[in-house]
Amino acid sequence: MSAVPGDIRGGGRRQGELQARLFSVFLLLSMGIGLVTLGTLVVQVFLDGVRLVDPVLLTDAPSADPAFAGAGPAILATIYMGLLLIAFTVPVGVGTAIYLEEYADRDRWYNRALEVNIQNLAAVPSIVYGILGLAFLVRGLGLGRVLLAGAMILTLLVLPTVIIAAREAIRAVPASIRQGAYALGATRWQVVWRQVLPAATPGIATGSILAVSRAIGETAPLLLVGALTYVAFNPTLLGDFTALPVQIYQWTSRSQAEFRELAAAAIIVLLAILLTLNAFAIWLRNRYGRRW
Amino acid sequence: MATPDVTAGAKPVPRLRASRRRYGEDVVKGALALCALVSVATTVGIVVALFLPAIEFFRTISIVDYLTGIRWAPLFEPASFGVLPLVVGTLSVTLWAVLVCLPFGLGAAIYLSEYAPGRTRKVLKPALEVLAGIPTVVYGFFALTFVTPLFRDLGLGLEVQNALAAGIVMGVMLIPTVASISEDAMSAVPRDLRDGAYALGSTRYQVATRIVVPAAISGIVASFVLAISRAVGETMIVLLAGGLNPTLTFDPRQAIETMTAFIAATGQGDIPVDSIEYKTIFAVGATLFLATLVMNLFSIRLVRKFREVYE
Amino acid sequence: MKHRFGNRFVLVAAVVALTSLALAAASSARTDGGGVSGRITADGSSTVGPYVTAGAERFQRANRGAQVTVGISGTGGGFERFCKGETDMSNASRPIKQTEAAICRTNGVTYVPFLVANDGISIVVNKDNTWANCLTTAELKKIWDTGSKVDNWQDVRQGFPNVKLSLFGPGTDSGTFDFFTEVINGKSKRSRSDYAATENDDVAVRGVAGERGGLAYFGLSYYEENKNTLKLLGVDSGGGCTLPSIKTVQAYSYKPLSRPLFVYVKRDAFKRPVVQAFVRYMIQNERAIAKTAKFVSLTDRQLRKSKYQYNQAIRFAKR
Repeated sequence: MSAVPGDIRGGGRRQGELQARLFSVFLLLSMGIGLVTLGTLVVQVFLDGVRLVDPVLLTDAPSADPAFAGAGPAILATIYMGLLLIAFTVPVGVGTAIYLEEYADRDRWYNRALEVNIQNLAAVPSIVYGILGLAFLVRGLGLGRVLLAGAMILTLLVLPTVIIAAREAIRAVPASIRQGAYALGATRWQVVWRQVLPAATPGIATGSILAVSRAIGETAPLLLVGALTYVAFNPTLLGDFTALPVQIYQWTSRSQAEFRELAAAAIIVLLAILLTLNAFAIWLRNRYGRRW
Repeated sequence: MATPDVTAGAKPVPRLRASRRRYGEDVVKGALALCALVSVATTVGIVVALFLPAIEFFRTISIVDYLTGIRWAPLFEPASFGVLPLVVGTLSVTLWAVLVCLPFGLGAAIYLSEYAPGRTRKVLKPALEVLAGIPTVVYGFFALTFVTPLFRDLGLGLEVQNALAAGIVMGVMLIPTVASISEDAMSAVPRDLRDGAYALGSTRYQVATRIVVPAAISGIVASFVLAISRAVGETMIVLLAGGLNPTLTFDPRQAIETMTAFIAATGQGDIPVDSIEYKTIFAVGATLFLATLVMNLFSIRLVRKFREVYE
Repeated sequence: MKHRFGNRFVLVAAVVALTSLALAAASSARTDGGGVSGRITADGSSTVGPYVTAGAERFQRANRGAQVTVGISGTGGGFERFCKGETDMSNASRPIKQTEAAICRTNGVTYVPFLVANDGISIVVNKDNTWANCLTTAELKKIWDTGSKVDNWQDVRQGFPNVKLSLFGPGTDSGTFDFFTEVINGKSKRSRSDYAATENDDVAVRGVAGERGGLAYFGLSYYEENKNTLKLLGVDSGGGCTLPSIKTVQAYSYKPLSRPLFVYVKRDAFKRPVVQAFVRYMIQNERAIAKTAKFVSLTDRQLRKSKYQYNQAIRFAKR
């Protein structure tokens, strides 16, 4: 067919129409597959597990007997780890983002390499971070398989995403704000601390919370850093631990039907936690976000 | 910092330079650079953690045997260290994932970018993002407890763990990845190109397929490559639904073992640190890292290219 | 508008820090009354793990301040950590090896081995497997030996139908694997490698239950837990077909796959009241725990020996 559809009123239009129709069907199918799968997954998990979402699940310890089993320590560990993640990643991530956006000279090769490095780290498979943790934290530093090691590894995993999100937020602050401050004689750090950061905070907060919510759903690195033991007590920083995604993995691996239902129930809890976090992040963005 | 003295009468020369150097600024810059170094340290750590033991491993096991051997039995007696079954397992699952996420991800992107009316788009785009936010262990659960039984009921003769179910579910999980990057690329295409085509009487189908997609092709390819990289590196779905059976087969109905599943399963147990078995984790990990690194770097370059061209 | 967000930053950071500290404080201060308190770490066999876990659950209910963790790194992995001094107890489905004992000696770790239960490694097949009721040890070796190409039931014995054989079994860090390969194939770790190997016996259960031609071997308790989805085979080692049961395992007439299960306890750990209490609890409630966890309990003679060892260990620790 020619570039200029001269046959716009000709017979060739029929052919084109069929193609276009098929194409539209294909497009709708594309959207449909994702959404239908999502719907099926949620409904299936709900049907399987909602019966078991009760105080026993939320507070009791895991047990070989499905009637008594709960995910209490796992849920606590996940929440605990989420808080630790925020505490670790936000300072380092925002610091790096400020460095790259406000201080770094783009023409230097090492600053460009730094950017590529961060983008690459964001795409490294999560299990490689697990290997990193196994080699350095568990064995190397001799920390052992403790909660702190898990939190540190997840920090490294999610740091690139936080950096990228923080950079977007900082970049969104208009140059005029900075220039006004410089004109009034502020130093670079004063500009950053008193003008840029406060303006970028909603964006940074939203981005960090979204990144952390991805991290607490991660399982693979935690498997290697030892979250696979039977733990019946509440987690402490330097103690053995297990996390909610790992508990789900363990229960899914069990063969009895009751454990499958428990796994589904635990998934409901996990999805609820993630939904809450994401909703909070979006609310933050809508409430405090500014359009420049 | 000195400010110009503007009291009446005097006509001073304002001293615009600071009277003394603010060391605080340098300290701050140093602290921030230190933050940035964390990411450098992470990369260095990964390289050291993976490649040092891997090199030791290859002193004992010939790299040719490793890359070409067809039996993966590192912990058995007699041991065999051919990594091909793991590679084939990974490729088998990735193949099915790609068959799902590339066409449908691109289709979703085209739909959102060129076809969807504004309000629909506002609802559907976040819905797709939700798909990306579901933890992979949940997808693994779904593949094992719903998809596989469904396919078995349909008479497909699948084993309890198999490459097909794992691959397809992984593909659906990756649709948002392909869709969002491709859509980014497509929205970066200037309106003028589209308007020109419409003005000449093109249909939406023609504009989408002949103008927008070719113009955004580097971003689209980047999204494809990134999706493949993520499929190769994905662990939980294959661990739960793909199997732990290192067989050299592309038959999707059989249980296989991917590189990631091997690392996850072996790393959980405690193996003597200096043994050759322990080092297999790192050898396979290094292989995995190199494969995804090549793909990631390629994809990053492409993304930069398309971002530059239109900005 | 001065410092509006700067202040919020600090505020949020403070809230996060305080919450973390509060959680940390709350979780470590859980030594509320009732019984002994303290931490016990156990790791090792995935066969013995559920037994110790069952005991630990009951123990922790009676002693709220006790914190017992049970890992399932495999018998070999458990010993590795144990001989480094990392764990207090090592669960094992085979006795400690010479090489492992030497490492313990070098590191100054002395221990007491306790018998906790008996086990018969069970050969299980799919419920729809109507043709097999018993396999000889020779047939088992034919299937599982290294280099075996048997992948169909008709190759196992003449008269068996043409059904694909799907094999599941423990991974190589498992004491069950070590034991089975040694008594069936003649050498520990000697085995074919193209089967679905997993430390997680439930994967094997699910696999066999899902494949008509499935075959797996694992500890008896896993069969007992999943009786309604699996079929148990008898084993003939020359003296006729024997099915594993409490009787045949305790009498060791289920040959050659009967074996004792151990928990090795560090002598140093015995100095701590919580460890003494836990071991004593396990011995005293041995029958009940075995019943809950579906294990074959100790014979009277074995139980007497355990009690004796316990008393010796206590006396030694008090010195």
